[in-house]
Amino acid sequence: MTALLDMRTITKTFPGVRALDRVNLTVAAGEIHAICGENGAGKSTLMKVLSGVYPHGSYEGQIIYDGAPLALRSIRDSEQCGIIIIHQELALVPLLSIAENLFLGNEVARGGIINWPLAFQKTRDLLALVGLSEAPTTPVGSLGVGKQQLIEIAKALAKNVRLLILDEPTAALQENDSAKLLDLLLDLKAKGITSILISHKLNEISRVADRITILRDGASVSTLTRDQISEDRIISDMVGREMGARYPTRIPNPGQTLLEVTGWNVWHPDQAGRQMIQNAALTLRKGEIVGIAGLMGAGRTELAMSLFGHSYGRNISGQVSINGVHVDTSTVPRAVDAGLAYVTEDRKELGLVLDEPILRNISLANLPGIARRGVISAGREAQVAEGYRTQLNIRTPGVHQRVVNLSGGNQQKVVLAKWLFTDPQVLILDEPTRGIDVGAKFEIYSIMNQLADDGRGILMISSEMPELLGMCDRIYVMNEGRIVGELTRSDFSQERIMAMILNAPGKAA
Amino acid sequence: MPAKSYLGSHLREYGMIMALVAIVFFFTLVVRVTIDVDFLSAQNITNLFLQNSYVIIMALGMLLVIVAGHIDLSVGSVVGFTGAVAAVLTVNLGWPVWAVIPSVLITGGLIGAAQGYWVAYWRIPSFIVTLAGMLVFRGLTLWLLNGQNIGPFPKSFQSLSTGFIPDLFGDADQALLGMERLNGTGLAIVVLAACVVIFIGWRKRAQDAAFGITPEPTVVFWVRNIIICGALVFVGYKLAIFRGLPNVVLVLAILTVIYAFFTEATTQGRRIYALGGNEKAAKLSGIRTDRLVFFCFVNMGVLAALAGMIVAARLNSSTPKAGAGFELDVIAAVFIGGASMSGGVGRIVGVVTGALIMGVMNNGMSILGIGIDYQQVIKGLVLLAAVIFDVYNKSK
Repeated sequence: MTALLDMRTITKTFPGVRALDRVNLTVAAGEIHAICGENGAGKSTLMKVLSGVYPHGSYEGQIIYDGAPLALRSIRDSEQCGIIIIHQELALVPLLSIAENLFLGNEVARGGIINWPLAFQKTRDLLALVGLSEAPTTPVGSLGVGKQQLIEIAKALAKNVRLLILDEPTAALQENDSAKLLDLLLDLKAKGITSILISHKLNEISRVADRITILRDGASVSTLTRDQISEDRIISDMVGREMGARYPTRIPNPGQTLLEVTGWNVWHPDQAGRQMIQNAALTLRKGEIVGIAGLMGAGRTELAMSLFGHSYGRNISGQVSINGVHVDTSTVPRAVDAGLAYVTEDRKELGLVLDEPILRNISLANLPGIARRGVISAGREAQVAEGYRTQLNIRTPGVHQRVVNLSGGNQQKVVLAKWLFTDPQVLILDEPTRGIDVGAKFEIYSIMNQLADDGRGILMISSEMPELLGMCDRIYVMNEGRIVGELTRSDFSQERIMAMILNAPGKAA
Repeated sequence: MPAKSYLGSHLREYGMIMALVAIVFFFTLVVRVTIDVDFLSAQNITNLFLQNSYVIIMALGMLLVIVAGHIDLSVGSVVGFTGAVAAVLTVNLGWPVWAVIPSVLITGGLIGAAQGYWVAYWRIPSFIVTLAGMLVFRGLTLWLLNGQNIGPFPKSFQSLSTGFIPDLFGDADQALLGMERLNGTGLAIVVLAACVVIFIGWRKRAQDAAFGITPEPTVVFWVRNIIICGALVFVGYKLAIFRGLPNVVLVLAILTVIYAFFTEATTQGRRIYALGGNEKAAKLSGIRTDRLVFFCFVNMGVLAALAGMIVAARLNSSTPKAGAGFELDVIAAVFIGGASMSGGVGRIVGVVTGALIMGVMNNGMSILGIGIDYQQVIKGLVLLAAVIFDVYNKSK
């Protein structure tokens, strides 16, 4: 085994924090090497050192790449060496075409004049490599996230990548798209391209990775080879303790029917005549956690957001009742008054005011709760925020911290706190554990159980099926805007859910 | 928290005030040395406020607009137009002042509503809507005035800008104090205001402590309040020995307090910041964002109308060019005051300080006889420097 990359005793300190502490990482040529660790374990920092974001000299330790010491001054340097990083937030320009995106900054040109026929030809070749057949002139913004991810990889291939670094590439992807992406990684491996894969999803890692390096608190804890890989081992190395169970136990105690939705229809906000939700009906009882399963584009988020104040779609029709009484949820304030809360899947864009402090984010949806006659009591606000900080175990030096500085798990807790402060009866949680680490996930699950035990109803949307199976009392399965099936706990299995999706009418062809 | 690190984390706020003090000190010194004139004379301080009142008044409204993530380029033209409306109503139609003032304010509000409607409910970029408004209302001003000046205004209308708070204590008290003309009422108001500032600040500290919030260090509290109150009383005293407290200053002070309170302590004010910080998240938190944007523009229109009347009263006539270019002074003051172009950030105190910095520089450079050419260059550089300072501070 020849090492393509050898990072030795990398130490990187920020004022007051040692982000990396003598980390070692050896990546063999032609392997897929996974890096695991909880949020804040130092994965991103390590990759920033490797890709030249933190230039040589700003860290201690040595990087040997392809047999020679590496001293990068910038990202440009690292790309010239064939080290290319694909970030979680894709760096594509939505309004430009695929061809323009692929060669951005690297145009197929002579003397500044682009050779379009050649560019298109190269684009087609690259797209074929990643398994796409879109026209090179297609605007990137019109593609789904899964395909955009593949475009990013094609872009890396255009730059003659030798070491491809993927930072949580499947975080926003549906299972079938993720599978495609992982297959592509295996393909690239066969072509001799080395990859580093950062991921929270342990099943993916065990599927494609040859070896895994696990980071914890800025140090490299262990490197496991393929035959040593087991989810339990990875998890225990990551969190530094044995994880008893991945889901906290709860004895369900459902009460009377809390939420009932019937005949719910929603049309696409822009495209006339495209129906997004068709005649959906569901019920939720007090103290119940009900899941909504489905593939990306099945209409789960659309259903949730249209229920919550008609925040999505148009020409919405149907009935919502809470505790047997018809309620009007046609605006967000009305939905909140009716007792609904919606915790978004996209906390940065839709859930938080990132530049504002924790306490202001928590109070945002219920300002009257900290005010008298429209005048805010700063003290009451701080008290409320402190209360949730303790209750939900939000890790922060203080509630005056801006939320942008918090880790994903703690941000998610802030969004939860915001909605808990409105004292909702029904919580709709859309991908509540997306992009957060294993420890924080467990905490979120525990909070959900507590809320259900308090008699609230929880609707949980998730793309991670094990999570739905582990947490829910019942699961609705959605496909193409319809609810195509319902499973109770005794019938739960991943296979059944997939079967319901695949056998649904409309998918028959 | 020790005083030093506290100051470090509030560098921007205190930096602004210190910059203002430094600039005032600088001009006092230079004006004294070069042309032997007292920069801080009662007359000059009065002038300073009269010259800049309209910028500060509009900057209060512009802060809301900018915090909400928008911009209003039309305010200069609205100043011209509302001044013209006031002139036509007062001079041509002979309306009494008590009817003119509310009518013109309502006109301003309607103008703001007309523009805010398209921005808030049709989501047309405010830059474009108010750019159109800037042209439209300049044109309407010309049309309304027929290209002529209309004036003069009756005394009662002029007093809006050039009037002073009458002295209730009469001359006897002044004689006792051995001064020629000390306006007791004006001074009393200012001293009272200073006491209120300290009282409110102290009470807030006590409340914070009761809720377990770490207050600012005691040293900082007192130093800050002594400087602010000292400056207040000094300015008040200077004004009092000249002609008393100008009406404009009182209006300005009251508006500043109201807007500071609105932005920092009310739920609606808070919602504007959230809307500017992340409109989608605000909307999903149950905030009626379109209504708030609409309100910000209506409010801006009303304040522009008030400024329009003050400008007209000060010039004692309404001219087709009144207010031209004001929008830039106002917007510059808001950005110097620390607001962010992308919305969600900015404080009333900062904006007023920013407007005063611009005002003091205008005034000081004019006294020194610096040409308008250099003045523009210097003002432009100050604006740039203030924003660079912000960005640098944030990236640290």
